[in-house]
Amino acid sequence: MTAQLDINQLLDELETGLRRILEERNVTEPAVIGIRTGGVWLADVLSKRLGIDQAFGELDISFYRDDFSRIGLNPRVKPSSLPFDTEGRDIILIDDVIMSGRTIRAAMNEIFDYGRPASIILATLIDLGARELPIQPDVTGRVLALASHQRVKLRGPDPLRIELQETGQ
Amino acid sequence: MTAHDPSPHHLQLTRDGQLRHFLTLDGLDRDLLTDILDTADSFIEVGERTIKKVPLLRGRTVVNLFFESSTRTRSTFELAAKRLSADVLNLDISTSATSKGESLSDTLLNLEAMASDMFVVRHSQSGAPHFIAESVTPGVAIINAGDGRHAHPTQAMLDMLTIRQHKQRFDGLKVAIVGDVLHSRVARSQIRALNVLGAEEVRVIAPGTLLPKDVESLGCKVEYDMEKGMKDLDVVIMLRLQKERMEGALLPSEREFYRLYGLNREKLALAHPECIVMHPGPINRGVEIESAVADGPQSVILNQVTNGIAIRMAVMSMAMGGQVAERQQKAERAKA
Repeated sequence: MTAQLDINQLLDELETGLRRILEERNVTEPAVIGIRTGGVWLADVLSKRLGIDQAFGELDISFYRDDFSRIGLNPRVKPSSLPFDTEGRDIILIDDVIMSGRTIRAAMNEIFDYGRPASIILATLIDLGARELPIQPDVTGRVLALASHQRVKLRGPDPLRIELQETGQ
Repeated sequence: MTAHDPSPHHLQLTRDGQLRHFLTLDGLDRDLLTDILDTADSFIEVGERTIKKVPLLRGRTVVNLFFESSTRTRSTFELAAKRLSADVLNLDISTSATSKGESLSDTLLNLEAMASDMFVVRHSQSGAPHFIAESVTPGVAIINAGDGRHAHPTQAMLDMLTIRQHKQRFDGLKVAIVGDVLHSRVARSQIRALNVLGAEEVRVIAPGTLLPKDVESLGCKVEYDMEKGMKDLDVVIMLRLQKERMEGALLPSEREFYRLYGLNREKLALAHPECIVMHPGPINRGVEIESAVADGPQSVILNQVTNGIAIRMAVMSMAMGGQVAERQQKAERAKA
């Protein structure tokens, strides 16, 4: 059985939150980076909503994961692509779901290998808690507390929708 | 070193089909070869960054074990390991321990005692990397950097990566390998890779004296006349004439070889106008290839070198990944 959350409502939250932070921090030319796969879809949508002309970047964090020494290399790694210079840039980093915080740590390590950004704002569509590292999103669409048998997944890219799955245990 | 298990894929792959050693292309299927090419594509992007390093093999020790000298292969393996953040030890064994009488097994035991995680092996004897893979401590990955006349799988894969970059596909491609196939471990691996990846036609173009007896059984057509063989080619791969390995009367003369099998502008004009020219290096200008062709617009020889780093990063990280995943699975099974 699957239920759905209203994606547009969450995107509205993210957009409003991001506009507020950009204004507070006086950031006028942010560059957007999405983490594959869901984060890239969101980077596309939010770039348009925020009227950011700069083409967004795509990050594949497979080479930076901290679990290589347990599970090896992700066989479906794709090249990262950042079509702008990160050095001195204000970055909006976007992912669909945050949980342990390990993906974001890996993503930040990778971004710094391209250059030292002026700042990074973290936006996540859904925050599931269960953090293992001291990393918190600046903006989030919805905080969800899932039962152990529940899973959440962003499907897309067209249309984007959030799927809440019951694993049946 | 000849009586070992002839089915190397059991040795090369983990139970769930991941790479754990990289010894030969034999037994590796199209999906796995494609995974290697795709992973290498991602490493090409890393090579274009300001900081050309990823942390995958951080804290691991890679030993380049070269029993036979090599400049390009060894330096690209070294750079590949360093870009994966590994510590690298280069051992030129031909000038080292074995010349003091130490056996191969003893050399290896000593290196393993230094907690090495990977050996990149080049050896003049076919099967040497395979032999090492069979006897090495579990968890240590072996990569073949060229063994005798047997195989040079990373060279073949970097050639495949170069072809895919320029042609975007293998289906429908006509590819020729020209020159000294007899002494070439590269040719064997290339023919294998091209067949597995689905090239339409693989031709070898060479004098009969420079072809192995069973060459067609490798999966290729034979053409003795280069002018006929160049027709409709999408890719032409020139091999180095291994002068140091020529014994007896295999060749009338270098000049004669160049006239018949050297790639010059006139012969290249017989191929498809977008035919790319490849060469594993080092090139003998005026022996197997004309300078104007080697440096010409259809030459992708230097792309091959760049791609060599990315392919070696891919193979090293995949094999190390297979080893660590396997160790993890064993530990979990032991717990259960």
